[in-house]
Amino acid sequence: MHVPKTVEIKRVINETKTIKTFIFNFDASNVKTGQFMMVWNFKDEKPMSVSLIDPINNEIGITIKNVGPFTEAIHSLKAGDKLGLRGSYGRGFEIAGLNILAVGGGIGMAPISAFVYECWRRGVNVDVISAATTKDELLFTEQLKSTDVTSYACTDDGTYGFCGLATQFMEKIIEKKDYDMVVTCGPEAMMKGVFDIIDKLKIPAQFSLERYMKCGFGICGQCCVDNIGWRVCVEGPVFWSDEVRLITEFGKYKRDASGKKHDI
Amino acid sequence: MLEVSLCNIKLKNPTILAAGVLGSTAASMNWVSRSGAGAVVTKSFGLKPNKGYPNPTTVEVTGGVINAIGLSNPGVDVFIGELEKIERSTPTIASIYGASGNDFAQVASKIENYVDLIELNISCPHAQKGCGASIGEDPNFTAEIVKAVKKTVDTPVIVKLTPNVTDIVEIALSAEKAGCDGLTLINSLGPGLKIDIETANPVLSNKFGGMSGPAIKPVALRCVYDVYDAVKIPVIGAGGIADYRDVVEFLFAGARCVQIGTSVMYKGPSIFNEINLGIQKFMLKKDYKSIDEMVGITHKD
Repeated sequence: MHVPKTVEIKRVINETKTIKTFIFNFDASNVKTGQFMMVWNFKDEKPMSVSLIDPINNEIGITIKNVGPFTEAIHSLKAGDKLGLRGSYGRGFEIAGLNILAVGGGIGMAPISAFVYECWRRGVNVDVISAATTKDELLFTEQLKSTDVTSYACTDDGTYGFCGLATQFMEKIIEKKDYDMVVTCGPEAMMKGVFDIIDKLKIPAQFSLERYMKCGFGICGQCCVDNIGWRVCVEGPVFWSDEVRLITEFGKYKRDASGKKHDI
Repeated sequence: MLEVSLCNIKLKNPTILAAGVLGSTAASMNWVSRSGAGAVVTKSFGLKPNKGYPNPTTVEVTGGVINAIGLSNPGVDVFIGELEKIERSTPTIASIYGASGNDFAQVASKIENYVDLIELNISCPHAQKGCGASIGEDPNFTAEIVKAVKKTVDTPVIVKLTPNVTDIVEIALSAEKAGCDGLTLINSLGPGLKIDIETANPVLSNKFGGMSGPAIKPVALRCVYDVYDAVKIPVIGAGGIADYRDVVEFLFAGARCVQIGTSVMYKGPSIFNEINLGIQKFMLKKDYKSIDEMVGITHKD
């Protein structure tokens, strides 16, 4: 049933000054990397990517950046406080290939992190590019050190790792190593850059898109994308590169709650 | 075999995408058309942009969904941009709303050249004050809106009615007398309420929402049956249709076409093709040659 389940926050992890991860007891057996939950704070409800899936301890994590009134209200919550969760929703990432490159920008590292851990658990090689504006905003770079996953950091201001855009760094390393597949989540301008690279090199890739959502289960039509009409909440949020080619609004514009278009 | 004519417009089959479902963009409506729908209805739009209610706007309940989206739309002037991009291979029906005859007439006159039919939403049970069901609950106000639109446009006008009235036949007759060309029965039921028992909060931000889905089908069917007996204009059945058997019931009760909305959540747009194949198989088995001969047969002795 598409009904929010009220659950207690088990613990809160401060990831950066603006980003927190909230851990819940939740049946994780059917949750896939790249899927999202509708998160309800009893006032408003928004889609959020799952950043941690632990089927052994039956825990999931949702990583939220404080960007507005809704996320600010959630950031004020502590362990023991409650939230409503419904989902998990959408088509997630698929593990395909043996050498994967994962590119996460900003809070886009949330689903990328879940995907990278899943690959690591399954013994599939995955290299990660984690990008942020500055060193203090880099997400999950410390945690990834506990795995043997190769992880690269990029910062816009050069305070840590490569100084520059994730896509600039991606172009450098993709020359040196053959990747079977790329997955990415982050600002759409970044993902458009990733698309242009993989398109030129003919590497299959998966992109996690974000659009304004209402129902989350494919009925309202709020998150449908031009010109193909697919619902980001059901057919997405993860789309393969050949599908992204049919999403003509990708990298160009998105619609708000009223349906009005805004440039990306 | 499945062709049907509605207000002199030819539909390749009697299944129509209902208002408010996958109707916010030309792209999603074109997808539904390609998936087999006989016609598509847009999401309701009005004169001005409207963000609707905050989330949660939809929640599932036993037998369907309750929703209070709140008629979100970018306003007619922006929405014309979508209407222009609709592939007109299947007829397009614009669902419009407003709070007065003047509102409706203004919207209708702006869009009549982009669509084949106009459906007046005077029945939304969670509309902002003065819109939706507050009109359709009143036979005189209903007639006033129909007259205002009919005076302004040449495009056929159908009216979508609310079941949340003492006598739906009275409203239907009033709309017919005012000159409308067809009726859609019914909009969502209620409104209803869903409460989260852990926190005692209503789930929907608007507290109440219109009930749709399989649970409302018997009510919708009875409304179609009663109104078919009373009016001469065509009736479009809507409410809880999930498979071809439901469509056949609506045809037998007197509907010429049907609208399908909530069930898209179970199967996606492919439900239209699946239902149409089902109707066709049923017609072959029972030796029906056309949709027309099935309409209203439950009323015969």
